[in-house]
Amino acid sequence: MIDKRIASLAEAVADIFDGATVMIGGFGEAGSPIELIHALIDQGAGNLTVVNNNTGSGHVGLAALIENGQVRKMICSYPRTLGSKVFPELYRSGKIKLDLVPQGTLAERIRAGGAGIPAFYTPTSVGTPLAEGKEQRNFAGRDYVMEHGLKADFALIKCQQADCHGNLVYNKTARNFAPIMAMAAKTTIVQTNAQVELGALDPEVVVTPGIFVDRIVTVSDPAQESKLVAEGRRYP
Amino acid sequence: MTTENAQKLGWNREEMARRTALDIADGSYVNLGIGIPEKVAQYVPVGREVIYHTENGLLGMGPAPIAGQEDPELINAGKKAVTALPGASFFHHADSFAMIRGQHIDICVLGAMQISEQGDLANWSTGEPDAIPAVGGAMDLVAGVKTIYVITQHCTKDGTPKLVESCSYPLTGRAVVSRVYSDLAVIDVTPEGFQVVELAPGVSFDYLRQRTAGKLQAGRQKGS
Repeated sequence: MIDKRIASLAEAVADIFDGATVMIGGFGEAGSPIELIHALIDQGAGNLTVVNNNTGSGHVGLAALIENGQVRKMICSYPRTLGSKVFPELYRSGKIKLDLVPQGTLAERIRAGGAGIPAFYTPTSVGTPLAEGKEQRNFAGRDYVMEHGLKADFALIKCQQADCHGNLVYNKTARNFAPIMAMAAKTTIVQTNAQVELGALDPEVVVTPGIFVDRIVTVSDPAQESKLVAEGRRYP
Repeated sequence: MTTENAQKLGWNREEMARRTALDIADGSYVNLGIGIPEKVAQYVPVGREVIYHTENGLLGMGPAPIAGQEDPELINAGKKAVTALPGASFFHHADSFAMIRGQHIDICVLGAMQISEQGDLANWSTGEPDAIPAVGGAMDLVAGVKTIYVITQHCTKDGTPKLVESCSYPLTGRAVVSRVYSDLAVIDVTPEGFQVVELAPGVSFDYLRQRTAGKLQAGRQKGS
């Protein structure tokens, strides 16, 4: 009997360990698993490497995790979103590391990591500072940069609906990095807005097949990051 | 004070967007950057169907919703609320950048800090030591999209030319820009350097040349 449902957020993130690499879904607030991130703040694991497109905003969600001193390094494409204050300060004072990756290269590194591809060649970043020190090869007259697949110990993602096998569907542009992060992590932890009966999801519309998912927690009324930021809220 | 008699010099932002839109062909798949490029969508001539891609996972992006109808999970790459038009589709980030890198997107319109006469583009970093580097999808777009158009003021606020012999800022991509739409002219990047396609109202070739640091040719008909 396969049932990946977990009763509480705290249980779902309990084994995230110091020094783990954690992929966190979301593009800005869209798709950010804010309740799982807050559970990770309560749990307290430190020295984390976090993979996300951005670095959070205000003092909640990913920004709060960073502000709480739990993140050693960010791997991201755009650490300068509007309202992002925590990361820039820590970065300027040398308290956090940054691995800057072009957005499409980041996505493909995650996809490759999940698909068993150790490295690939891409035309992105050729001739720029982000290609420096990387192996290059010419194919059919064009230069390409070698990039490595990216894996993680854990992925924290958010979806719209899940069944107990971990089949997932998402909501609009909140999908973004979640399906590929689910593939690339050893343990994928999902917060879903709603759980549905097995068989309720049409197999033709399942976006993430359950094989990529380990744990599901229902958060039926998730917080909206931009609202919390507008209200000046902090976590914890 | 502006009067009807005052001689008009150059194009404003709306006119730059409108001029760019004339070059977006019917049936194109287009990605528009943040800022002036976003305005291009509203000026595409009637009768042309253009499908907009936003790299955070939407093809068939429509305009901003009416106030009160914003959905925080339906946004564009600039993280602003948008709508999805009939025929739209959602997809994950790796598929979205496969559309870009795999040369499925026809046109991308971007802003610029500098463009070199070889078509190099710098638009992500000034390279200053205390700046927080942030690149987003710009490098993927210029490396993968078939045609790259740039909309930019011809010079910086202090009058420094943005069209240069070679970029001093860190590059976004090498030899990627096809055409530049500035407030002063439409300019192609050619093997012989910058070439004027069209001058904005009141702008002479000499006026443009004084404000362009790279090699500038008067036009494709020239050379007789």
